[in-house]
This record gives sequence, C-alpha cells and structure tokens, in this order.
Amino acid sequence: MTGPDRLPRAEGDVVDATDRLSRAGGGDPWAVLRSATRARVALGRAGDALPTARELEFRAAHAAARDAVHQPLDVDRLRTALGELIEVHSAAPDRATYLQRPDLGRQLAQGTSLPRTDADLAVVIADGLSPRAVHEHAADLVTALLERLPGWSVAPLVVAIQARVALGDAVGAALGARAVVVLIGERPGLSSADSLGVYLTWDPRPGRADSERNCVSNVRPPHGLSYAQAADTVAALLGAARELGASGVVLKDEGPALPAGAG
Amino acid sequence: MRRVGTVGGHTYEFPTLVELLAKATPARSGDVLAGCAAESAAERVAAQTVLADLPLATFLDEQVVGYDEDDVTRLVLDTHDAVAFAPVASLTVGEFRDRLLAWAAAGDEASISDLAPGLTPEMVAATSKLMRNADLVAVGRRTRVVTGLRSTLGLPGRLASRLQPNHPTDDPLGVTASIVDGLLQGCGDAVIGINPATDSPARTVALLELVDEVIGRYGIPTQSCVLAHVTTTLRALEQGAPVDLVFQSVAGTQPANRGFGVTLDLLAEARAGALALGRGTVGSNVTYFETGQGSALSADAHRGIGGRPVDQQTLEARAYAVARHFEPLIVNTVVGFIGPEYLYDGKQVLRAGLEDHFCGKLLGLPMGVDVCYTNHAEVDEDDMDSLMLLLGAAGCTFLIAVPGMDDVMLHYQSLAFSDVLTTRSVLGLRPAPEFEAWLARMDLLDDAGRVRELTADAPAARALLAAASA
Repeated sequence: MTGPDRLPRAEGDVVDATDRLSRAGGGDPWAVLRSATRARVALGRAGDALPTARELEFRAAHAAARDAVHQPLDVDRLRTALGELIEVHSAAPDRATYLQRPDLGRQLAQGTSLPRTDADLAVVIADGLSPRAVHEHAADLVTALLERLPGWSVAPLVVAIQARVALGDAVGAALGARAVVVLIGERPGLSSADSLGVYLTWDPRPGRADSERNCVSNVRPPHGLSYAQAADTVAALLGAARELGASGVVLKDEGPALPAGAG
Repeated sequence: MRRVGTVGGHTYEFPTLVELLAKATPARSGDVLAGCAAESAAERVAAQTVLADLPLATFLDEQVVGYDEDDVTRLVLDTHDAVAFAPVASLTVGEFRDRLLAWAAAGDEASISDLAPGLTPEMVAATSKLMRNADLVAVGRRTRVVTGLRSTLGLPGRLASRLQPNHPTDDPLGVTASIVDGLLQGCGDAVIGINPATDSPARTVALLELVDEVIGRYGIPTQSCVLAHVTTTLRALEQGAPVDLVFQSVAGTQPANRGFGVTLDLLAEARAGALALGRGTVGSNVTYFETGQGSALSADAHRGIGGRPVDQQTLEARAYAVARHFEPLIVNTVVGFIGPEYLYDGKQVLRAGLEDHFCGKLLGLPMGVDVCYTNHAEVDEDDMDSLMLLLGAAGCTFLIAVPGMDDVMLHYQSLAFSDVLTTRSVLGLRPAPEFEAWLARMDLLDDAGRVRELTADAPAARALLAAASA
C-alpha cells in the first residue's frame, strides 16, 4: 500500500483538511464530499433508501464482478493468441464446487497426465476467480514475459480450469519444471473485475506453502500494472530465484508478499 | 452411554460430542470443507434429535476442545457461574430451547439475560442448532445487554451503527468525507471505526487523532476506533494517543488466537491501558472485538478432542467467551466476509448472522453484525436486506455501514448508511439516546424524529461542514 507520507497529527491539520474540502466543492456540500474520496459518498436518498440511479450504478458494478467470476474460460480464444496449449482441469468438476472447495481446486483431476519436460520454466494460465481477467490480459502478459527470458527453456503452455494458485505446483512437478509461473484471475472487486495476478514458485511440488511463492498483483492496464511492468518484475524474480534456488519470503525484498487469502 | 438416533428407519451413531455437534449443524460449506458436516439430511436430523435429549450440564463435564490444551476452554470452565446456571441446570438442550422461547414470548427479559455467566459457548451453540431462524430472532430480541462509553448501546427500541469510513490509503480527506457522509445519515452512534490500510503505529495514532478531533469539534456522543492489531494499539497508548476502544479479532481456539497474534494476557493489558484513560462519560466498556464463522478453520486451528474437526458455528460461539471476558462495548461477527468456502450463499449467510447474534447475546455480549458479502459468494443485496431487517427485529445492538455499500479499502460489500435508516424506519427503531439528542441539536432530524433528507444547500449539511472548517 502506498499512501500519504503524513497524516494530520494536530487540530490545525484537520482544520486544513476540512477547509480544503470546502474549497474543493465550491460551496456545494455534496461536491465537497465527492471530490475527497472514491468511496460512494453523497449519493442522496429516496426516502430512507438509495435513489434509483445510484442503485442501478451499484448493481452494474456488482453484475460485472459476478459475471467475471462465472464466465467460463474460453480456451480457444487463448489458443488463437498463444498457439498450442495443454488443457488441464482441477479436481473441482464445476464452478459451484470450485467456489466451496478450494482444496479440490489445488489438485489435478484424476487421470491427468502431462509430459515430463525437464524445462526451466512451466507457465500455467489459470481461470481462478476471474476468467475475464485471463481473457483480457493473459496472452499479452505471457508474450511479454517470454520475451524477457532468453535462455530459459519453457515447457508447453498449460491452461488450467477451475484452478487455484497451488494447482501450479502439481502441474510444474508433473512437467519436471524447475520453476512455475501461474497467471490467475483475482477475486473481482466492484471497481476491478479484470485483475490478473502472477505467482512464482521455485521447485514446484504439491505441499508448497504460500510463503514459498512470490506474487505480482493487480495486472490490469491501464488502471493497474502494465504488461511490461509486470513482466519485468516477474523476470527479475525468476532470475533471483534461480540464483538462490528458492522463492517466497527469502525473495521478499524484491517482490511483495502474498496477500492474505490468495491461495 | 451410546448416542444413537433413528430417522427414517436408519440408525445413526455419534461417538463423540464433537461429532454430535457438527452433524447437528444446519448445512454450510465450511463444515463440508472441514470434513465434519452431516452426510445426509436424515443424519443431520438424527443428530439434532440426540442433541435435544442431551442434558445441558453435559457441557460442563465433557469438552469439545480439551481443557489442558486450550486456554479458551480453561477460561470458559474456570469462570463458569454455577449460581447463574442453576435455573436451567436440570434441563436438556431441547428443554432449554423451549424454556427460552417461553420466556421470550412472555417478555421475560430478566430470566433470559441473567443466565449469561452460567452458560458456556457449547451450550448456546447446541441450543441454536435446534432453533429455526424465527426462534433465533424471538429470543435474541428479549436478551438484554446494555453497555456504554460515551453513548449507551443495547437499550430496547434502539439500533446503533458503526460508521466505517475506510480509505485505500488512509487519506485524511477521504476518511473525513466518509465520516461526514455517515453522520449526515444518522450513523456512527456505536463507533466511528476505521480499518487502517496498514498496521503501522504512526498511522494508527494519526487516524485516532483525526477522528478524536472530529468527535470533539462536533461534540458527538460516540467513540472512535482504529481497528489495528492490539499490539499496535498498545504502542499508540504508550505514545499517549486518544484511544477510546481497544480492538482485536478473536477466535474460538488458542491456536487460532495465536494465529491472530493475541493471547488473553495481551488483551487484558491493552484493556487496562484504555480503561486508565477514563475517556467514558456514560460507561466504561473499552473493548471491541470482531469474529466470524470459519476463522479457526482458515487458520487450520479448528480441531478438538481427538484431533477431530469442530464445526465452525460452535467455534464461533467459543470466540464470544473470549470477548465477554473483557467486558466489550461492542462485538460483531463479519458474517459474509470470509467467502463461499465457509458460507456459500444467501441462505447460509442469513442463518449464520442470526445464529451469531443469538449466541453472542445469550452469552452476554453487545452483539452487532457486519451484514456483508464478497463477489464470489452466491449472495446479493436482497439477501443483505433480509438479514438486516431480521437483525433489526432480533434487537441487534448495531449494524455496520459504509458509503454506498462499497468498502473501497477492504473490497467487499456491506450495508449503506441509508440501510440503517431503512431498518430503523421499517421497525420503529431509534439511534442511541445520546446520539439521537445530538442529531436533534444539529438540526438533522425532522419533527417526526427522522433523519432529514438533505438538499445541497440544507443548513444542516452546511453546518456540519462549516463546523469542521471554522
């Protein structure tokens, strides 16, 4: 989180803050409030409820987030952009099970077989909680990342359905890869339904803890990280992980820690 | 004694108290995830049938989480008040449910409310598992818990609110704007409570001073809270910050509380620090706790006797035993925040909210609820409306509200400020008395006592902003 370096510590600061509020609004108390935060302030009322227009704005934001969660991943669309992909499924057979059983989303479906490659890197594109984020950002980000990894042998790209982050451990281990990068749709917020996260795990194998991963979050140009920014960071993390032979909190100075609940 | 129940010609056995409680719990995803849920509807009813015949006193002799291993269990049993328990000591769980409903129907608040020190979390959780939603409402509204610091909470016919002015970067202007928006809609009588974006002591102190200044400037009879970790609040206390309430998230097992980085000693130390400041005017309750079903499971700290998974609702009730030890001003469950792997849909969230309110109240807590949801749960505003109105009917101490239902820092949806107004007006409830008088002084109420619907040039709106910049 970034924030202002200084918060008010004395009465004068608060007066200053509220003065600025008043001036910013040009005397209209509603504009005063709206100019100060992107929280949904000064919505007005219809009796003791929200006015129709404000209510519909909220519903539109919630609908976008809901649709982002429940839209199925379009694998053909990814193939068009990225070429041949191996499709795998987690042990969660459908969306409802996936949402209730994160443990199943971390395991491969029974009978999944993957070729052993002994590659340096496996890349897994996972639907996660926002297939929409994958549709909008995954192909461009994979392309940007691979451009930055000359000299790395890369296993065939894998697309994973009903997948949590830790499914990448099983995929990476089966492929015999030294590292796995998982691109996954993040839990949609009301104002950000298309945010993609990237998780890097060195020496992937089932049972890895979240503390053994590094994360680059909020890839969603133009509002969040750009593809180039995210790819630069992930490539640097991969280089550092290869030097160290490990990922996670040991690399924490170079990458942000995992957000709570990301697994 | 074997615990065996027969439903539909099939006999089910429940070898341990842990399994009996779990199998008797109304369906929810978290218990399936933990592997302790009933495997069929018939097994669930069989467990409820066995539970109904279990003597209430069983829970004093037979533990769900071991006494030697867990300080929450020790706290519960070591502080149990046998005198308060006496009126119901001979009852079974089923008989206790019937007795509570009879007292509630008769309006006998004292008989219900005086039991609290004699009840254990497991007794209360077990009873709730036999109750329907309407039972939870009927008894909840006749369980009286009154607390105070600078406002009085829990009085009959009152519904308070926490004004939650969170901002993604703790920006003072942004926080102030949300506070003013909430005050103009009659919210904030339980607390003006900020979840800080980061847990640094400097930021906590700055936010405490900001809200303290707003409260002082407007003369608002309420209290502030920055919901930082208790160790951060201890640092703020050392620096002389204006701490009204010590906040902490708590859970129902010692390992889960360890996961939160708290011990009972730490909570006692912080409470003593806040108490010593003497900032109350109408009472001296200086702690605030948040809880939520699933918190122990999410920390892999949900096991009881024999290493068996304990159901999340029983563990939630155990968290209330931790909270009540510190005589809180307010407690709330954050009922839909944790996600669909614990409470999947609107039906499960609704039930859990009513259970949590009932269990908290019966154990003596000033219980509120954050009526909320995330975008990946099968929940929407209609579900939230149902829960808030039922909680209003159940005599809930307070509801949490944010600008326009959208918490832009924590990225989930709670109630809007106007939802508190709706709940009050539909059910004839009023704000805390001191706060209501303040609203009247600020000319924010109309002749009927309703919070005015303000136009852009309303004197009340201008007054509030002008008072701040005077």
